[in-house]
Amino acid sequence: MSEQPKNNGILVDVDGVEKVFHRGSEGIHVLRDLHLKVPAGEFLALMGPSGSGKTTLLNLIGGLDRPTKGSVTVAGERIDQLSDRKLAGWRARHIGFVFQLYNLLPVLTAERNVELPLLLTHLSRAQRKKHVDTVLAVVGLSHRAKHYPRTLSGGEQQRAGIARGIVTDPTLVLCDEPTGDLDRKAGDEILDLLQALNREHGKTIILVTHDPHASARAARTVYLDKGQLSNEPVK
Amino acid sequence: MKFLHLIWSNLKRKKLRTTLTLLSILVAFVLFGLLSAVKQALVGGVEMAGADRLIVRHKVSIIQLLPESYKARMERIPGVALATHQTWFGGIYQDPKNFFMQNPVVPEEFLDMHPELVLPPEQKKAWLQTRTGAIVGRNTADRFHWKIGDKVPIQSSIWSKSDGSRLWEFDIVGIYDGKDKGTDTTPLFFRYDYFDEARRAGWGKGLVGWYTIRVKDPSQAAEVAKRVDEEFENSSAETKTEPEGAFIQAWARQVGNIALIVAAILGAVFFTILLVTGNTMSQAVRERTGELGVLKAIGFTNAQVLALVLAESGLLAIVGGLLGLGLAWLIISRGDPTGGMLPMFFFPTRDVLIGLAISVALGLATGFFPALQAMRLRVADALRRM
Repeated sequence: MSEQPKNNGILVDVDGVEKVFHRGSEGIHVLRDLHLKVPAGEFLALMGPSGSGKTTLLNLIGGLDRPTKGSVTVAGERIDQLSDRKLAGWRARHIGFVFQLYNLLPVLTAERNVELPLLLTHLSRAQRKKHVDTVLAVVGLSHRAKHYPRTLSGGEQQRAGIARGIVTDPTLVLCDEPTGDLDRKAGDEILDLLQALNREHGKTIILVTHDPHASARAARTVYLDKGQLSNEPVK
Repeated sequence: MKFLHLIWSNLKRKKLRTTLTLLSILVAFVLFGLLSAVKQALVGGVEMAGADRLIVRHKVSIIQLLPESYKARMERIPGVALATHQTWFGGIYQDPKNFFMQNPVVPEEFLDMHPELVLPPEQKKAWLQTRTGAIVGRNTADRFHWKIGDKVPIQSSIWSKSDGSRLWEFDIVGIYDGKDKGTDTTPLFFRYDYFDEARRAGWGKGLVGWYTIRVKDPSQAAEVAKRVDEEFENSSAETKTEPEGAFIQAWARQVGNIALIVAAILGAVFFTILLVTGNTMSQAVRERTGELGVLKAIGFTNAQVLALVLAESGLLAIVGGLLGLGLAWLIISRGDPTGGMLPMFFFPTRDVLIGLAISVALGLATGFFPALQAMRLRVADALRRM
């Protein structure tokens, strides 16, 4: 089972976060005094126009980047204060990433791609195989397990990407435009799958998208514009 | 071990590039093996030389002869345990290309002086009983399919018999083996008494090529060498005495400084390989920056990413190295390619181990900078390059 949050059911607590990128001497404020709380088990959609800072916020919550100011607490742990090594271990235990372009390793079969996060655990080969088979069945890709990414359709590749994201039973699944590169039908199937993971398996999911059709599947949608969050769509 | 599949799969990503790199490493290690064997053949005798043996030659040159009578005088010098002589015969068997050394010796003294030559007792007895008898090393016996009882004709390029003929016939009475792998088992040795009696009068009768001395105490070898040279100072045939190892080294130096030549060639080859493999690894890492970002995103630490890249370059170099060393070993085990000029042509175990160490070092050196580059990648930046 995933680790439960320690703060009144709040799994993700982003508090007063600022993120500034530097281009030469110029500082670009991507996020400004941003506050966000995500309860455990929620399916949250994060919308906003291109360049609004959605992916940056997702990277901060997933421990891929650090805020310039403020704090990010996930499952009761201040991840912005962890060392690089500890942060990597934390990501392996708590976060499942699903990317827009699937980001599968082309030299590995679907099942080997799914197995990758398990290589960082102490599971035996047989145990890893069992976990992989289970998640491939969950995402409906068992019949394509031995196939390389180049022989899979976009939808199948994304299923493999989701399977890789959930194979370690993470606390939080972060999806960055997971349907952005798929046609409507395949996109719907992926959204069905994410919804099922949330409803039937209790996974907490944060979905970054600019597609209202995708965000409609989430229980709650927040909007990001010019580095700040609101509960209303950007006009 | 669980990462081996990932490492191997990455190497298979660009099969042609990996194969070509592997081939270049393989060729370098084949060259390493062959040059090691050549070096061993030319200077390996230095290592096999007896620490308690000195060589006494004419002060002017090895081709100048020394009186046979020096033996008794040498044995009277304090510190000398035994003295015996050899003479260069310079014979040809059937074809000048069939080179091997043949020397007349005094059998008992000679075998006593060279315990590294293993001759069965009954063959030794036969040698002592047969004036025209000769013993030959296993290498040459196998090469020409000689067996005990064979009569072997050898044409000397230096020594004529009293009838004017240069064709000498010897009866093979023994075949000796070497106690160690590095012992030269190509020479043929025959009896000095037969040689001296049969050689033409006025053609060096009573003269020998050089002496080998065994000293009682190897730590006193330098002192004994000095005494020997002093004994024959101001005579018509002054001597130069040196340790057997130094004598062999000087002989090999006629070709040049073998160790330096070999080191220079291998240095150039491995430097090139370092660049070729390093370039391959750099390209491999640059091409998959995004994938390395994915690995980091799912929890691989910087150190693990560094180790993966190093393991990849290490595997490439070790596989190439092993294949190269194996191929070199196969080529070398077919024997001396020169037909006798390199009698101790073999791949020393020490050099095989050095080769393995070089392959590991090559892997680490070529992977170091690409691995460092991979380790330093920021995840968010790397993912943008997917």
